Amino acid sequence: MDNYLLIPFLPLAAFFVNILFGKTLIRDKSHWVSLFAVVCSWVIAVMTLFEVIGGRTVNRDLYTWIVSGDFRVSVGFLIDQLTAVMLIVVTTVSSLVHIYSIGYMHGDKGYYRFFAYLSLFTFSMLMLVMANNFLQLYFGWEAVGLCSYFLIGFWYEKKSASDAGKKAFIVNRFGDFGFGLGVIMIFLTFGTLHYAPVFGSVNGIVGKTVDFLGLQVDLPTLIALLLFCGAVGKSAQLPLHVWLPDAMEGPTPVSALIHAATMVTAGVFLVARCNPIFVLSPPAMNVVALVGAVTALFAGTIALVQNDIKRIVAYSTVSQLGYMFLACGVGAFSAGIFHLYTHAFFKALLFLGAGSVMHAMAGELDIQKMGGLKKHMPLTYWTFLLASLSISGVPGFAGFFSKDEILWRAYASGPLGHLLYAIGALTALLTAFYSFRIIFVAFHGKFRGTHEQEHHLHESPKIMTVPLLILAAGALAAGWVGIPPLLGGGEHFAEFLAPVVGHAKGEGTHAEEWATMITAVILGLGGIAAAAFVYLRKSTLADTVAGRFSFIYRLLWNKYYVDELYDTIIVRPTFWVAKNVIVGVTDGKIIEGIVNGVPRFIGTLSSWLRNIQTGMVHQYAAVMALGAFVVIAIVLFW
Amino acid sequence: MMAEGIFIYLAAAIVILSVLVITRSNPVHSMITMLVLFFHIAALYVTLNAEFLAAIQVIVYAGAILVLFLFVVLLLNLKEEMVARRYIGPWPLGVLAALGLLVVIVLSLKSFIPGPSGVFTTEVVRAETNTKVLGQILFTEYLYPFEVVSMILLVAIIGAIVLAKKRLRN
Amino acid sequence: MVPLHWYLLLSSAVFVVGVAGFLTRRNIIIMFMSIELMLNAVNISLVSFSRYLSDMRGQVLVFFVIAVAAAEAAIGLAIIIALFRNKATAHVDEANEMKG
Repeated sequence: MDNYLLIPFLPLAAFFVNILFGKTLIRDKSHWVSLFAVVCSWVIAVMTLFEVIGGRTVNRDLYTWIVSGDFRVSVGFLIDQLTAVMLIVVTTVSSLVHIYSIGYMHGDKGYYRFFAYLSLFTFSMLMLVMANNFLQLYFGWEAVGLCSYFLIGFWYEKKSASDAGKKAFIVNRFGDFGFGLGVIMIFLTFGTLHYAPVFGSVNGIVGKTVDFLGLQVDLPTLIALLLFCGAVGKSAQLPLHVWLPDAMEGPTPVSALIHAATMVTAGVFLVARCNPIFVLSPPAMNVVALVGAVTALFAGTIALVQNDIKRIVAYSTVSQLGYMFLACGVGAFSAGIFHLYTHAFFKALLFLGAGSVMHAMAGELDIQKMGGLKKHMPLTYWTFLLASLSISGVPGFAGFFSKDEILWRAYASGPLGHLLYAIGALTALLTAFYSFRIIFVAFHGKFRGTHEQEHHLHESPKIMTVPLLILAAGALAAGWVGIPPLLGGGEHFAEFLAPVVGHAKGEGTHAEEWATMITAVILGLGGIAAAAFVYLRKSTLADTVAGRFSFIYRLLWNKYYVDELYDTIIVRPTFWVAKNVIVGVTDGKIIEGIVNGVPRFIGTLSSWLRNIQTGMVHQYAAVMALGAFVVIAIVLFW
Repeated sequence: MMAEGIFIYLAAAIVILSVLVITRSNPVHSMITMLVLFFHIAALYVTLNAEFLAAIQVIVYAGAILVLFLFVVLLLNLKEEMVARRYIGPWPLGVLAALGLLVVIVLSLKSFIPGPSGVFTTEVVRAETNTKVLGQILFTEYLYPFEVVSMILLVAIIGAIVLAKKRLRN
Repeated sequence: MVPLHWYLLLSSAVFVVGVAGFLTRRNIIIMFMSIELMLNAVNISLVSFSRYLSDMRGQVLVFFVIAVAAAEAAIGLAIIIALFRNKATAHVDEANEMKG
């Protein structure tokens, strides 16, 4: 336990080694540095987990970071049950992605840079989850955003990649602005930023109001919603989800690590971490739940019609993150974290599987140009199938337990919960459908790509398939730690997290619980069956339906025109202002006027003054003599 | 009475010789005048009980620096120098500035207040000899400046060589 | 005993002659000699201070001034040679490369 400091700082050291010496000395060996660091972190994280299970938690300040009047922030670490779970998720997925990247990034000219960024990301994410105060959380929050920007734009020569990186960064600004305000509000309210005193005295702010833009706002609601703004941005929830699908421009291992398993779940972690604040404000909780539910459905529908394999999985990620917020919103924080934990395995697996397919297809992403990959790459196929079964909520797999937990908790939470349950169950249907659409279109049937592509098809090397197999084991078994009592399990996961996030409220009969579970399973299996029917039996049916409901199809194909909407209401006006006001007036007239005017004035003055400089020694000497005369005269006669 | 007489002679000679130095058109004449001037200044030092400095004045100034000047003068075209204008155009202004300076300096002498006397009275110096006393102070209290001066001389040697050296082609 | 003021007056007179020479002569060598005159004027006052205040430090200072004057003469004459080589003149009013 005492060496928990090594968990974040080993990857940081690896980052420095790689970024300083990677280009010249280590080059194609740089994965050893990063891999060693992250595997050591993983080992220590596992040891830490066992100690936490044994009942030991840590909350310690390392050193004082900032002191300014009443404002005092330390760098400190909090390791409790929630942190321990996050540590396991982050270090496990990060280690596997490191291994996978050795094969996937082989021969890339930015090889050392890639591993340096992966290490920096791992460090930042670990700092985020291990923080014991809000400012350090904010530091980690921004640092993972920065790494995300680096890695999305990793192939920066490609315009689309660097644009996607910028988009991710800028969209996140919107959310982080709210988050920053939330942190400031917490300091103003509590006078400290440490978790323990804030959460300890949080009951004292119930019913207080604060003047916000001229309105009297309930204080807990305001703080909770401001914090939630950050979560919405980082976890790509409506309306700030637009950056995540574009982020798929980055290398696929990055999508698996950052944009599926870890960074995007930071929002869920934030809400779960701040649960003492959120539970004080029913309106904020409802907002969280509704945003989550609507996002889940919204992203699920878009995923139905996309053809880019990585974008389908990306929208699936947005949708599953919606589930997690749905769970948090109904007070079942442990269910949200449980889904975060299982989702990390099967979604990372889906992404790495998609990367393996891309590897075989020489970068092709369109599932319509694939088909029949099953016999060429059996390992990828079986692991991908396992992940899809897991995400579809087929009983026995990891995704089933976490999704069932969420849906049941949603249903049990009250009247609004019934609506949330309905949305969630519908989304489960969609999830199963689009997940198996990939399976049936890309892996079954006949190959539809070019001849060279078919000739090139091959299973990925062992270095890439072994992580797939390990993640597949996780996708299958990770949920077994949280089997509900109804199925004879002990709900160990929820019990483990209870000291941090409490127990979910809401009661229901066994019959209701059975009913919700069976309905969800039937919908999931129905989705799989529908996908099989549409894409295996009647391959023309999909086009017929798309033709019949062409309006809806186009709406979904264009992702509800959200990007176009933002382009019209935000991007274009911004450009207009930049061009006409900033360039035309402020920059062109005022700033350039000052910038050019000052040197022009000095130039004029100096061309006049330089007449004094005649270059004649006698004149200078005469001036010196005159100076001596004046000085002595002043001393004498003053 | 004797001391005043000697001083008056030396002072008159020094001032006249200085004026001659700056008014000769032939630089070699200036140089010779200056040599005589330096001997008078050395004599003045002797009347002030500074025998060592008087020797230095003759050896360094008259012996070394003036010879150096003489070498350079020999580089010039003396014939041309004899017929060229001696003074710059507005020379009366220069004289005026110098006279102004003289007035304020002389006026400032009125307000001169001597500081406290030191321990090296004429008797002490005479008992120890001037050179020994000077050396004692120079190599104890002023050791560090002394070393700095030696560095300055070294730099001057190197600088003079670098400046005066002919540029080698390529 | 000669009063200190006489020495100081003599010193001022030599100094001012040096200044006048420096300000009026065209020949750079004579200007240099004027500088030496000014240095000697200062030396005279320093030695007389030393004598009248019974303090040897004035003489030490003169020692340093002479050393520095030697260095200055060496450098200055080297500069004169460089000037003469480049401009073929010893008259400072014919060189105004430093004009702004």
